[in-house]
Amino acid sequence: MKRNIIPEIKKELIYRLAQRECREDDRPLLAYREMNFAINPISTAEGSARVQLGKTDVLVGVKVQPGEPYPDKPDEGVLMTGCELKPMAHPSFETGAPSDDSVEIARVVDRGIRESNMIDMKKLCIEPGKKIWIVNLDIQVIDYDGNLFDSATIASLLALHQATVPASRFGLGDDFRMPASSWPVTATFVKIKDIIMADPTMTEELSADARLTISIDDGGHVRAMQKGLKGSLTYDEVSRAVDTAQKLTLDIRSRLISGE
Amino acid sequence: MAEKIKLINDDGLRTDGRKPDELRPIRIEAGVLANADGSAYLEWGANKVLVAVYGPREAQPKYLQDPMKAIVQVNYNMAAFSSEERVRPGPNRRATEISKITAEALENVIITNNFPRASIDVFIEVLEADAGTRCAGLTAAAVAVADAGIPMTDLVAACAVGKADGQLLLDLGKKEDNFGEADMPIGIAPRTGDIVLLQMDGDMTQEEMRKALRMGMDASRKIHELQTDALRRRYAVNFADMDDGEAVQ
Repeated sequence: MKRNIIPEIKKELIYRLAQRECREDDRPLLAYREMNFAINPISTAEGSARVQLGKTDVLVGVKVQPGEPYPDKPDEGVLMTGCELKPMAHPSFETGAPSDDSVEIARVVDRGIRESNMIDMKKLCIEPGKKIWIVNLDIQVIDYDGNLFDSATIASLLALHQATVPASRFGLGDDFRMPASSWPVTATFVKIKDIIMADPTMTEELSADARLTISIDDGGHVRAMQKGLKGSLTYDEVSRAVDTAQKLTLDIRSRLISGE
Repeated sequence: MAEKIKLINDDGLRTDGRKPDELRPIRIEAGVLANADGSAYLEWGANKVLVAVYGPREAQPKYLQDPMKAIVQVNYNMAAFSSEERVRPGPNRRATEISKITAEALENVIITNNFPRASIDVFIEVLEADAGTRCAGLTAAAVAVADAGIPMTDLVAACAVGKADGQLLLDLGKKEDNFGEADMPIGIAPRTGDIVLLQMDGDMTQEEMRKALRMGMDASRKIHELQTDALRRRYAVNFADMDDGEAVQ
């Protein structure tokens, strides 16, 4: 494990800037970085998307194949989410077994998608109890500059909405569109001492005491939350963050739906 | 699931007879293991959790060491026989995530600066699972760390709040967890009320989320009393009972 650290003096700078409601990249505290996305950059995937959030760059590919259902849900498809943090994205990432961080990212992205019922799993059943479609969602981080939770979620949503279920390839009828309907977008915040900011960069994440990711669905309901890091949050901070998340995800969602 | 299971009856009671804001019975015991530096056993409804703590001891392997403070490592594990379906031994992604957030919550209250290069190792073993094991594990772990004599600014107490049949329910049971609409585990440092663990999945409006958070924080304070009570039973000395009969203030 290589530890990713930044100098204390840098942390101090980040905090002092934040006290004046400034950030290194001149953003307001609760604003997102510029986001760009490409839809279906990978032709071998059933659906894919690449999202750049500032200098963070994430590629998500969807592969769909037939498989066996879980015994407790015999007539539902299966979603499996994986995340790879590889050395190409940052020197602190290493090859080998998935790190705690990558497991957490995959599970939080998965939770937002799963809990919103964005994918109609029943439509991914081929033969109840025997055969269903397995949707593999693989998150590959290309460049890391913070906020992998949101960038990976956004790329996953785009990739899933674009995806085709390749039924003809397996002799199981005609191809059909992934039964995906809604856009459960997440908003991630970090707390540095007493200041909350949205869409943290890597240096902001490394300066942070606590982190909070909130998944909001099309109707403005909260679908998933995850607090991270060793710092704490107050009731009021969580309450305000949910409120802000609603506004931020509204903007992101409309951009994703328009596809521009 | 052809038929939806009814989780709240006409009298407003839950399948196990509890009121919506009622906790399951909780019993905590501190110092139950011989070899560990600190330990705790907790029964929470049908959950049975055993926690062992070692440390502060030298962090091994050496590259894990932090020259400024102790690291906190948590291993949350469900015993193979702890669930209706056998749990395959060894780490899985769920356990990895729970271990990580539990360690982060504990690190919030452990005074790690006192022990550079050391490790505080917490082993959470779920012997019997009946929903809410991460909150049970964290609650027991905080007692075990205190039992190890490791300096802390506070304990951590945790409890989940969920939603079933459209109603907020404290401390979800197994059925409510499986068939309910939302689950939100909450852990706080009771002295300050700071939130040190927070997760949520399901479907809640913003208002429900806020109300649920309040419910969980209030319940955690009650659980905190049981934690301190467990430590008091283990360590409090009744001076009146001492041989010389001299009560010392």
